[in-house]
Amino acid sequence: MTFLELKNLTKTFGSCRAFHQINIAIGYGEVHAILGENGAGKSTLMKTIYGEHAPDLGGEIYLRGEKVNITSTSHAISLGIGMVHQHFRLVRPFSVLQNIVLGIEPRKFGLFIDYQLAREKIESIMKEFNFYVDLDAKIESLSVGTQQRVEILKLLYRNAELLILDEPTAVLTPQEIKDFYLIIKNLKSKGKTILIITHKLHEIKEIADKCTIIRKGEFITTLIVKNSSEQELASKMVGREVNLHVAKSKAKPTELKSLEISNLVVLNSKIIPAVKNFSLKLKPGFITGLAGIDGNGQSELVKALTGLMKVNSGTVTINNKNITNLSPLEIYQNKLGMIPEDRQRVGLVLDFSIQENLVLQKIGQAPFSKYGFILTSELATFAKKLIERFDIRPTDPEAKAQTLSGGNQQKIILAREIEHNPEVLIAFQPTRGLDVGAIEYIHKELIKLRDTNKAILLISYELDEILSLSDEIAVICEGTLTAYLDQEEIQKTENLKETLGFYMAGGVGGLK
Amino acid sequence: MKKIIISLFSILLGFLIGGIVLKLSGISPLEAYKVMFYGSFSQPNYISYIIIRSTPLIFTGLSVAFAFKTGLFNIGAEGQFITGALAATFLGYYFNFNPWLQIPLVIIVGTFAASLYGGLAGFFKARFGVHEVLSTIMLNWLALYISNYFVFYEGIRRPDTETTEFINQSSSLTLFEDWKISEVGIEWLNQHEILKSFMRPPVNAGIFLALIAVIVVWVILEKTSFGFKLKATGFSLLASKYAGINTNAKMTQSMMISGALAGMAGVTHVMGVSKNVAVLAAHEGYGFDGIAVALIGSTHPFGVLLSSFFLGTLKYGGQKIQSALEAPSEVISIMIGVIIFFIAIPSVLELPIEKIKTFFSNRRLQKQVNTHE
Amino acid sequence: MNSLVILFSTTFMYSTPLIFTSLGGVVSEKSGVINIGLEGMMTFGAFVASWMAITTGNPWLGFLAGGLAGLILACLHAVASILWGANQVVSGMAMNFLGSGLSIFLCRIFFEGASMTPPLDLSLKIPLIYNQYATVYLAFLATFILWFIFKYTRLGLRLISSGEHPKAALAAGVNVSLYRYFGVLSSGFLAGLGGASLSIVIVSNFRPTLISGQGFIALAAMIFGKWNPVGSMLACLFFGFSQALVVYVGGIEGMTVSSQILSALPYVLTLIVLVGFMGKSTAPSALGQ
Repeated sequence: MTFLELKNLTKTFGSCRAFHQINIAIGYGEVHAILGENGAGKSTLMKTIYGEHAPDLGGEIYLRGEKVNITSTSHAISLGIGMVHQHFRLVRPFSVLQNIVLGIEPRKFGLFIDYQLAREKIESIMKEFNFYVDLDAKIESLSVGTQQRVEILKLLYRNAELLILDEPTAVLTPQEIKDFYLIIKNLKSKGKTILIITHKLHEIKEIADKCTIIRKGEFITTLIVKNSSEQELASKMVGREVNLHVAKSKAKPTELKSLEISNLVVLNSKIIPAVKNFSLKLKPGFITGLAGIDGNGQSELVKALTGLMKVNSGTVTINNKNITNLSPLEIYQNKLGMIPEDRQRVGLVLDFSIQENLVLQKIGQAPFSKYGFILTSELATFAKKLIERFDIRPTDPEAKAQTLSGGNQQKIILAREIEHNPEVLIAFQPTRGLDVGAIEYIHKELIKLRDTNKAILLISYELDEILSLSDEIAVICEGTLTAYLDQEEIQKTENLKETLGFYMAGGVGGLK
Repeated sequence: MKKIIISLFSILLGFLIGGIVLKLSGISPLEAYKVMFYGSFSQPNYISYIIIRSTPLIFTGLSVAFAFKTGLFNIGAEGQFITGALAATFLGYYFNFNPWLQIPLVIIVGTFAASLYGGLAGFFKARFGVHEVLSTIMLNWLALYISNYFVFYEGIRRPDTETTEFINQSSSLTLFEDWKISEVGIEWLNQHEILKSFMRPPVNAGIFLALIAVIVVWVILEKTSFGFKLKATGFSLLASKYAGINTNAKMTQSMMISGALAGMAGVTHVMGVSKNVAVLAAHEGYGFDGIAVALIGSTHPFGVLLSSFFLGTLKYGGQKIQSALEAPSEVISIMIGVIIFFIAIPSVLELPIEKIKTFFSNRRLQKQVNTHE
Repeated sequence: MNSLVILFSTTFMYSTPLIFTSLGGVVSEKSGVINIGLEGMMTFGAFVASWMAITTGNPWLGFLAGGLAGLILACLHAVASILWGANQVVSGMAMNFLGSGLSIFLCRIFFEGASMTPPLDLSLKIPLIYNQYATVYLAFLATFILWFIFKYTRLGLRLISSGEHPKAALAAGVNVSLYRYFGVLSSGFLAGLGGASLSIVIVSNFRPTLISGQGFIALAAMIFGKWNPVGSMLACLFFGFSQALVVYVGGIEGMTVSSQILSALPYVLTLIVLVGFMGKSTAPSALGQ
């Protein structure tokens, strides 16, 4: 008898089909991976099992051999199903203990929460599964890895038999990942069944028994991990031979530097240095990739470079001109451009039209306005030109940015920044959340820009993107530069990904 | 387009629920609405009063709407109104230049004073992060008490009253003030009944200034790069910051303009109608009504123009039901509250509006099918 | 010395309406809903309390009725904000218009066209206990109850989680909407009590100028008190003190400060507090979402 079986499961939202005719069988005590690209429908599928969405008619879910109709997350929890989401559902100012009991608080005298009772139960759970957390610490003070353990404890406290984990290692350091694998193996040995969403092939090889591949919402196949290679898994995932490298020529070595960051220190809102003594030189005609795990100072670095955050010490120069702590407008005028991490809130004014967004920084200047009055015809001409060149859809310059797809929104930003002809372009997570076609397009444009002898700083949390685009690679960890590999070193290094991962986790030896 | 429908729908609901409230209180809604209607439109001097009544609302409505566009909620129009009124009174009393100089002087300086008062709130928001709803409300009361204090000031206080002296003739905006009480004027007006009635209330040039203000605000918001940056700041603070817009300055500038507009309401009110300032126990309400006007007018300058007249009519005609039917004129406040309530929840109205739209388009299709058969 | 005692007891008296209302603000915003309509709810509560006290002769019934009046008005704001996703600031303003409009309207209906209620006979006011009105003690009790709820009970934990991270609460099986309804309705009830503690306790009737910005001062106190019941209560004492000072200073022989300037004192102080303390924003993270 299988533990969980999905038969012909389908879910549609309006005209959008999230997943279609999914058939999966998961046995007791099995670690089952769900593999698929961005937007393949994996998360939505898991949320349906967890009761957050109702499946369309015709699909069935069987739990422990019996058909079930999961009506809510509370219902799912009562059936023994638990889920840890990609973005943790933890209340930050609460303690670990409070977070674990929230929703099923034991009561004393009908009025008080019986924290003591809960504490005892949790302590026995921690002992049984051999991982520990300080119950009284506030979530906001804990590392991401520890927070994840709290999420798992929440599930175990509710006697979950099936644990669904959505991209659990996306935000962990390599060391935390190792600890995580141990916990998984432990849980499995105690009879828990685990469903894990991931797009990391080596992770599947490391901990999973079986792997189901979903592509664009369709069920492709279930493979036995032992008998499949990473290449096989990857090609089933994308449906074609995976070519991890973007075609580009070698960058021409040069002694010039466009952007020079020296000993930068940036304090965050808690007066703690988020960027510590960071130094980096960007060369014209090079794409310099900055690898690192989310939350290691990249945001603060970018904000400081673009004038949105104060530089506490150190300097930033562009072509030898000092731009440290200048206003965002002045920095922009000094030819530093940026594709921001959050395109919808920082890159665009969604309520504005395409043409208005294309001239966002330049509205006050000629030819777009004269004596303070906007010359709409100039806006339209400019916009039409860019819309055509960058193939932005829909093509109406007065369409509101809000109505465009993610890829097209990103194209507006790209068009605007490239048209500005910057000496240095910072591309921060430029392909986040985009489909494969849009990603390819953006990558090509970045290479084109590089080929006109501009310097590009590519900051990405996707190591694969860094590897495929970068000429030289830097690594940031906890606000400091932990490694820098130039073109030659990149060629020479075997296991480049693992090496980078090591530096991303703070390993030493990456600098000469 | 959708916004207009939502406003109209909300107004309809306002009348409906107002009618229910009246009915429950033993007053016939139809009677009341009839009194209001006739009380507003049946005589030229009524219409004249409505224009006078609506003029400050146009200004305060523009004031609130303008601030809205920059993402700010200016509840301080009351205080800015008072500032403008007080400044205009002082200037109008102590200075007495030739009207060609005097009038622009009073208007400009009075408005400027109010714009500083508004800018203060903007500054607090930009620099200290103080929410403008709270700061402007406090500033409203501060302005009230400061105004009251100055009314009692030696030299400007009218002896034995709680008001100031009147401003000089040179500062008056009232139209044909002297002429209409002169022999010649009375002669002429007696021969033109409609105009005679129309000219009885203090018709003043404020309305022309208000109309100009509507156009100026529209131009600023739609046609200038300054307005572009203001709107950008209101829509997306972060994106505007990155785009190099000095959002702090924009917020302060926006509140200054907003304050100036509300101040103009006070200035023109004093110069055209009241000619002085009195001690107040509470706010006169032009500022708060301006909020209603801005919301009903979907914060668009032309919408504000229309909804100011709507509100002006409502307030003026609504007063009449008190004397005619012994019905409390506060039903108007309730109606306004209801209208604003429904404007706050557009999504609820969207469903019935969609249904009505499809109903009409189906009807049209049906008609086409019928005529073809 | 005697007058200092009077100063303190006046402080308590004036703080009471603020405390009730401010607690209302705390419980609504902690659950995640912005409520700037407290002023209107106070006004409506003040009127209904006065009307009920006069009609039934029982001040306690009046007090309770005031709370219920605020709660009824809050129902509108709750449904609009929670069920219909309204713009909470605009909806709150609508409450202010409705609250004052309804109050004066009903006043004229019930009291023959007058815009203020007839004065309450002194014997019919809320009784005094140790020279303080009973409502003062109730205000402190309410503070304690709210503090207790937040710290020790299920209700409190879930309500706070609804305002901090509703997704996390939902994932844990908490019915966020339910707790938000509780938050908003309670805030209406408390604000209504606040209004009542003005109209049938401090003064003896309702009039249109009774609630002049107190609802907003209560909101400022909530911010000053960092959305914390005890903190808000202390902040309200501070503002109540400034109001009491107005009376105290006004009564001192030889004081020539204009009564107008004095009256402005509470508002100026509020402004100074806002400017000085708003920077550290510890508002509930999911407020208004």
